[in-house]
Amino acid sequence: MFYRETGQFKASYASDEAIFPIAQDRWAVIAIVIVAYVVIPIVANEYWLQAVLIPALVFSLAALGLNLLTGYAGQLSLGTGGFMAVGAYATYKITTAFPELNILVVFLLSGLVTAGVGVLFGIPSLRIKGFYLAVATLAAQFFLVWLFNRVGWFYNYAPSGTITAPPREVFGVMITGPEAKAEARYLVALAFVTVAALAAKNLVRGRLGRSWMAIRDMDIAAEIIGIPLLQTKLSAFAISSFYCGVAGALMIFLWLGSAETLAFDIGVSFDVLFMIIIGGLGSILGSFLGAAFITLMPILLTNAPQVVGISMAIDTQKDLESIIFGGLIIFFLIVEPHGLARLWQIGKEKLRRWPFPY
Amino acid sequence: MDILYSVFVAPFLDMADAPLFFAEVVIGGLLTGVMYSLVALGFVLIFKASGVFNFAQGAMVLFAALTLVGLMERGVPVAIALVMAVAVMTALAFVIERVVLRPLVNQEDIILFMATIGIAFVLEGFGELVWGSNVKELNVGIPDVSFEVGGILLNEFDLFAAATAAILVAVLAVFFQRTTIGRALRAVADDHQAALSVGIPLKTIWIIVWSVAGVVALVAGIMWGAKSGVQFSLSLIALKALPVLMLGGFTSVPGAIVGGLIIGVGEKVAEIYWGPLIGGAIENWFAYMLAMVFLVFRPQGLFGERIIERV
Amino acid sequence: MATVGAPETTAAGSARKIGGPLLKIENVSLAFGGVRALTSVSFEILEHEILAIIGPNGAGKTSMLNVINGFYHPQEGTITFKGRVRKHMRPHDAAAQGIARTFQNVALFKGMTTLDNIMTGRNLKIGGNILTQAIYWGPAQREEIRNRAFVEEIIDFLEIESIRKTPVGRLPYGLQKRVELGRALAAEPDLLLLDEPMAGMNLEEKEDMCRFVLDVNEEFGTTIALIEHDMGVVMDISDRVVVLDHGLKIAEGTPDEVRTNKDVIDAYLGVSHD
Repeated sequence: MFYRETGQFKASYASDEAIFPIAQDRWAVIAIVIVAYVVIPIVANEYWLQAVLIPALVFSLAALGLNLLTGYAGQLSLGTGGFMAVGAYATYKITTAFPELNILVVFLLSGLVTAGVGVLFGIPSLRIKGFYLAVATLAAQFFLVWLFNRVGWFYNYAPSGTITAPPREVFGVMITGPEAKAEARYLVALAFVTVAALAAKNLVRGRLGRSWMAIRDMDIAAEIIGIPLLQTKLSAFAISSFYCGVAGALMIFLWLGSAETLAFDIGVSFDVLFMIIIGGLGSILGSFLGAAFITLMPILLTNAPQVVGISMAIDTQKDLESIIFGGLIIFFLIVEPHGLARLWQIGKEKLRRWPFPY
Repeated sequence: MDILYSVFVAPFLDMADAPLFFAEVVIGGLLTGVMYSLVALGFVLIFKASGVFNFAQGAMVLFAALTLVGLMERGVPVAIALVMAVAVMTALAFVIERVVLRPLVNQEDIILFMATIGIAFVLEGFGELVWGSNVKELNVGIPDVSFEVGGILLNEFDLFAAATAAILVAVLAVFFQRTTIGRALRAVADDHQAALSVGIPLKTIWIIVWSVAGVVALVAGIMWGAKSGVQFSLSLIALKALPVLMLGGFTSVPGAIVGGLIIGVGEKVAEIYWGPLIGGAIENWFAYMLAMVFLVFRPQGLFGERIIERV
Repeated sequence: MATVGAPETTAAGSARKIGGPLLKIENVSLAFGGVRALTSVSFEILEHEILAIIGPNGAGKTSMLNVINGFYHPQEGTITFKGRVRKHMRPHDAAAQGIARTFQNVALFKGMTTLDNIMTGRNLKIGGNILTQAIYWGPAQREEIRNRAFVEEIIDFLEIESIRKTPVGRLPYGLQKRVELGRALAAEPDLLLLDEPMAGMNLEEKEDMCRFVLDVNEEFGTTIALIEHDMGVVMDISDRVVVLDHGLKIAEGTPDEVRTNKDVIDAYLGVSHD
């Protein structure tokens, strides 16, 4: 009885097209935003920020990017790790070459670089579809990781082969490097993610989003009604790669502090793919839910045995994690192939009718 | 100018200079290719007969090999261990059909693909949990002796693997083309619901196919395991099989072989002759690039079915 | 055969002015490997008319539409649209030039709602680039609202308001066909190609569809070419008829002329000629 739209009439198309047409949703979102921006930095401790919140934000961004490409535009991609690497290494090179340049601008520039790379690897998508395309994106994944591993120029010939985020500040606040406080890094990541989510939502509810979904559902028909296949597919690759590139940059500069190419290997690509499957393909909300789920689960699994009082060897734990993880994926696909986002929608439907069953 | 020379001229001169070595590289590549084909065969079987792209094939190879080695380590004689391993893989097929395939009947391909990724995780975790995760040696009595033929170094083991693959392929090809079950399998691959409506027992077909794929995985596992030890990285071989499938087409048994050979040779030759130019270890990505470029010109692979767009 | 009751403004008594040739097909031949789908077919579609393309199954009717659409490219022959000879037009170009169509097996975007599907039909008419769309507020929103208003008129016209937000995959077949018509109309086409728009419908649905087709032709002046098997519909609403059989054109003329044409009757009854 609380979650009903009675009395909420839309008097214009503008209000019907709004992101949150239901007033209760709007209030909820405002509340979440306040909590995220104001409450959490005050309340959360270092561990939670570093181990849970910041990585969840970073991966939400990557998941958003992949969802645009795979969930909305229907182009299956297993190259996410590689694209994230491009963003990270591009940021590293640009900021070490131009230290005075505002690091936020550098993040955006590296996103653009990644978009370019994404377009390049997206060109085959015109001829190759479905699983074949997924395997082609693997070419991107393996090649890019190899590139950043082998070509010393990318890591400024450091003997260890790793890149380290140099200290940078914005408006007098240190946000990268060892001095940067977790709260500062968290807020910057949050800001990026908020803007990115808004932009993504706007894109998908407009002409471009519809073109993507048309291509996903039936590309022949889409072409016949006038949607230019090549440009639309490439735009999906470009924008998706932009998001993944920035996510990669944030991963190194705001979360890990330093990394080698191992941080971007094929495992990451699969992780992000799982995030959008479990969260919900073709759903902005789903990207967040999936990212939160996959980020939290290992932590839960690692800590659960202790909570319950069983002690386990690390190896056993990893194996169990594998099994539970795989099992969960299968479970979700059977129960709700459209992911957590759909479950959420169903939940809202039930809430609407509460306390009536139907 | 220098670069052009070293890319387009020098490697070929090298090949011509030492033809025997070149032949060795090619043969080595062919034999590696055969091993890839073995894994790819499993994919093709399942895809051809159930329309599912089985990402778990690599995990199945690992699991089969682990089971075999695990049994042998516990003192079970080779022959019995083999039979038990086959039994285990058949049981696995039953489980997969019941738990994963049946609930997902007629879902979109991508959902099934994701489900097989889930299966892969479960198999890997489970296999290592039960049998342990350290590298194991596998010895099934195949001699690993090198000998020379006309100045070229050959390995008995590799030849044995090639012969096994050849026999396996021949058997499978006959099975698909000539038998009733083979035809039923092809119908199922085309359209689950249609196949059901003409009375083809989906359940039985799937169990048969996944069992056969399991046995193929076992053979592949034995070959790879004997060569480089049974360990986790075995499941990554599956990733290598993907470019093989792209080249050969997902639905073709001969394509898996030819694709495997091309990838095997291409990889080796590229690594030896062009690798040093750009820092080595191109094997990581060369196969994929090759396949991707090839696909741009021929999207269905060498032998795959022509994708006809219909409106 | 039951005649579908047509409203007052039938083809015969219409006040529309049928103009000159909008589309000219000259000696078009199309073959797939050894299969000849079309052999030297020639006819014209006149502006503002409703032309029916009929013929037994396998006659090449859908292939003809696909050729007009740019989906198939004929090996021989020329196609002239709006006075310009086209060479190897891609479907996307055909759409840009004002040709829209519906399909035999409904080709809607199953993952989207009715409203979104029809909005995709507007795709070519909506301006804006990625940046303005990402920001949304401002020019992109105004474009969106403007086009939404237009699409709402189509929804109104086709009487499908109640299923606006329903994912089309859930709609019954007859409604899906109507939505598909809406999507084609959204592009404001000059030439509308309908591939068996009444297939699988009951009498009432057919009457509704006929009414829509006639209204579109009357109100917007859209030239319509439709493939149809129901002779009652063909006789009632078309201005002229083209008959295809085994890839050849065997008759062309008004519905009455064609109905009494011996070759046409033979083709449908399967009589072989000596």
